[in-house]
Amino acid sequence: MFGAGGGTSSYEETRAADLIVLWGSNAREAHPIFFHHVLKAVNRGAKLIVVDPRRTPSAQWADLWLGLDVGTDIPLASAVAREIIEAGLTDEEFIARATSGFEAFRESVQPWTLDEAERVTGVPAGAIRELAHAYGEAANAQLCWTLGITEHHNAVDNVFALIDLALLTGKVGKWGCGLQPLRGQNNVQGGGDMGAIPNRLPGFQEILDDAVRAKFDAAWGSTVPPTHGLHLSGMFEAMEHGDLRAVYVVGENPAQGEADQTRAERLLTGLDHLVVQDIFLTRTAQLADVVLPAAATLGEAEGTVTSSERRVQRVRKAYDAPGEARDDIEIVYALARRLGHDLGSPRAEDVWNEVRSLSPMHAGMSYARLEELGGIQWPCWDENDPGALFLHGRLWDEVVADRAPFQVVEHDPPVDLLDDAFPLRLTTGRRLESYNTGVQSGGYSSPLHRGGADILLAPEDGARYGVADGARVRIVSRRGSVETSARYDPTLRAGLAFMNLHFPDEVATNVLTIDATDPKSGTAEFKATAIRLEPVA
Amino acid sequence: MRITIDGVTTEVDGGTILDAARQMGIDTPTLCYGDTLTPVNACRVCVVELEGARTLVPACSRRVEDGMVVHTDSERVRTSRRMVLELLGSSVDLSTAPDALAYVDRYGAEPARLGTPPAPAPRIDNDLYVRDYSKCILCYKCVEACGVDHQNTFAIAVAGRGFDARISTELDVALPDSACVYCGNCVAVCPTGALMGKTEFDLREAGNWREEEQAQVDTVCPYCGVGCTLTLHVQDDAIVKVTSPDDHDVTRGNLCIKGRFGYRYAQNR
Repeated sequence: MFGAGGGTSSYEETRAADLIVLWGSNAREAHPIFFHHVLKAVNRGAKLIVVDPRRTPSAQWADLWLGLDVGTDIPLASAVAREIIEAGLTDEEFIARATSGFEAFRESVQPWTLDEAERVTGVPAGAIRELAHAYGEAANAQLCWTLGITEHHNAVDNVFALIDLALLTGKVGKWGCGLQPLRGQNNVQGGGDMGAIPNRLPGFQEILDDAVRAKFDAAWGSTVPPTHGLHLSGMFEAMEHGDLRAVYVVGENPAQGEADQTRAERLLTGLDHLVVQDIFLTRTAQLADVVLPAAATLGEAEGTVTSSERRVQRVRKAYDAPGEARDDIEIVYALARRLGHDLGSPRAEDVWNEVRSLSPMHAGMSYARLEELGGIQWPCWDENDPGALFLHGRLWDEVVADRAPFQVVEHDPPVDLLDDAFPLRLTTGRRLESYNTGVQSGGYSSPLHRGGADILLAPEDGARYGVADGARVRIVSRRGSVETSARYDPTLRAGLAFMNLHFPDEVATNVLTIDATDPKSGTAEFKATAIRLEPVA
Repeated sequence: MRITIDGVTTEVDGGTILDAARQMGIDTPTLCYGDTLTPVNACRVCVVELEGARTLVPACSRRVEDGMVVHTDSERVRTSRRMVLELLGSSVDLSTAPDALAYVDRYGAEPARLGTPPAPAPRIDNDLYVRDYSKCILCYKCVEACGVDHQNTFAIAVAGRGFDARISTELDVALPDSACVYCGNCVAVCPTGALMGKTEFDLREAGNWREEEQAQVDTVCPYCGVGCTLTLHVQDDAIVKVTSPDDHDVTRGNLCIKGRFGYRYAQNR
C-alpha cells in the first residue's frame, strides 16, 4: 500500500478496535488465531461486519453480513463511498492535507446509489448504508481482506476500492485504524519483502531505480538486469508463447495449484527442462526432469518468516532432514557452485545479515534482537528501533510530502460469464483443517477432513437441477468437468456453489477454474467460475 | 498499594494476591488457575489466610487491597490444602498430573485414607486427542479455553450436578459428532493429562514417553500467515507434541488444528 506491500496495522490494534470489517475474508477458518483477536474485540462490544458471498463461520459472528454476488466488490465499495460522502462522514481535513485525486474519485462513485448497488450486488440498500455509516462513524476501525478480494481478474482494483474507503475517512496511519490484507501462507509476506516479486529487490526497492541496482550490483559483484521479471501467471503465458523453456520450481505445486489445471499441466510437460525442489514428490515434481529433495521449514530449517502484521520471526531447526533432503539455502549455494560461483557455505544468519545490509527497512533486525523481542515488525531502521506497530503515520504530519492518491476504479464483472449453459457461480475457499493443495494438510488424519472433496450447493439449486443431498454429480465448466458428491449447505444463497482446492487427487477443482488473471498482480480468478451440474446416474 | 505477605511488606500496582506472591517469589500452588484464563475458583488449592476475613480466600482471584495482611503457609492454609489434595487424589487418577503430585508430596497429603481413584477410562474417538475423565479434577480450564476466554467454540461444558458433575460435549456425543474443531486449546491448559494428544497417549501406552529427554524448539507455524509461534516437543528426532507459549502475544498459548496437530506431514517422508 502506498509503496511497501504490507498490512498497515497490528493484531494488538485489532483487539482494541470498535469496528472490524472482514471483506472477502473467512478468518474464522482461514486465519483462526487472528480471529481470536477479532473475538476479543467482539466480546468487548466491538462491531463485526462481514462482506462475503457465503454466510461463513466468520459471518455467523457478525453484527451484519453483506452477502454480495461474487465479483461485485467495486460496486459495493463505491456505494459505501458515495454514502459516506453524502452523509458527511468523510474526514475533510485529512482528505485535503494527506490525499490527492478526491474530486475525480467523488465523481466516479456518483452513479453508485444505494439502489443501483443493491441491483448489481444483491445486497439490500439498507445493509450497504449500515456498513457505510458504521465505518464512517467508528473511532477505531480495521478493514481486513483476503483472497475474496484478490483472487479476481481485477484484484488490484478491488484492493484500491477498499483503500479509497480508508482515505475517505482518515482511517489509516494512526493507532487503531488500518488496512490489513491477511496473508494466506506463513511467508508470503516475507517472500515479497525479500524481492520474490517481479518488480522489486529486497525491501521493496524498485528494480528500475539505477541507484538501487548499483547498490546491489556492488554487493553481489554482478549486474542486476534493469527489467521487471514475470509473475507466476506471466510465466505460464511465456511458456504458452515458447519464450520460457526452462523452469525451476521451489516449494510450489503449480500442476495442481494453478487455475485451469489442464493447461498448466500441458505447459509444464512441454518445457525443455523442469527442476522441482520440494519436500515431497508432488504432482509437479512427478513432471520434473530433476527433483531436488528439500528440508521442511517445520523442524528442519533455520531462517526467518514474516507474518501478516509484518512481524519477522525466527524459524528454528530441531532435527536433521531425512535422507538426502537438504536445506534450501544449501541447495541454492551448491547449485551456484556448479554454475561456477563459489559463494562459500553461508548459514541462514549470514544470509539474513546480507539482507540487513541491503534492505534499510530490515537493518535493525539482528538475530539477537529478533530473539529478545519475539520478532520485530518492519520497518526497523536501526538497532535502537523497536519496529512499527502501524504504518503511514506520516499521513498525519502537518505537511504531507507524498500524498496518498485516491484511485478511480470501474466495475468489471467476472470473466467467466453466467448463461443458460453455465448458470451457477462456483466459488472456492479454504477449509479450517486443510491448506492449499493438501500437500501438508493431507498428512494428518482429522475428523474435519470428512466431506472435503464435496461440492456444496444451496438446497434450492439441488432441487432445481435434480441433484439430491449426498448424490454424485458432474460439474462442468467451459474448461473441463469433474465428478464428486454434492452436499447441501444452507449458508449458500441460491445460484452459488462452493468447492475447495485441498483434495486435488480426489477432485481436481482447478480443471474447472479460469486462468483469467489480474494484469498487475498476476492472480487468477479462482473465486468466479461459471458451471452447470449434471446428475450422475 | 501496600500488601504484607508472610511478614514481608511490598508495593504492588493492583492485581491479585497470587500476582503479588509471585512477584515476591512465594510459590503458591495452583491447579485451576491459568495465566491466560479468567479465574473460576474451582480447585481451592491456592487458598490463603487473609487477616480480617472469616474464611480462607482464593489467591488467584482475590484482588489486592491496600493494607492487606496475608499468610500463605499457615497451619490453617496447609491443612486446607492437604484436605483438598486428599479429596482430589482419592477421587481422581493423578498419575499424569505432575503439579498435583508434587503438591500431594509437599503438603503430606494421604489420599489413600479416603479412597482409591477410578481405573483409567480413555475415550478414543479420533486420531488427534484422547479424553480420560477418570483423570479430570473439574478445574474448568478446558471449558474456559473452549469458551469465551479463547476459542469461543463452546463444544464442551460442565454437565450434571454434585457427584455427577463432569465435562461433556452436547448430549455426551463423541467428538467427531460434536462442535469440536480440534484446536486442542483445551489439551494445552489441562493440568492432569485428562486431555492428551494422541501421539503422547500412544507413546505412554507403549512405555516410550520420555519427557525428560525431549527437546523444546520454538519455530513459526508453516501454514497460514498469522505467524503463530510453535514450540516443537521433540523426541527421537520426531515431533511428539506442539504447544505455543502463553506469553506469545500472537497466540497466548492457543493454536488451531493445523498448528497443533498438522505437523505429521514432515515425518511422512
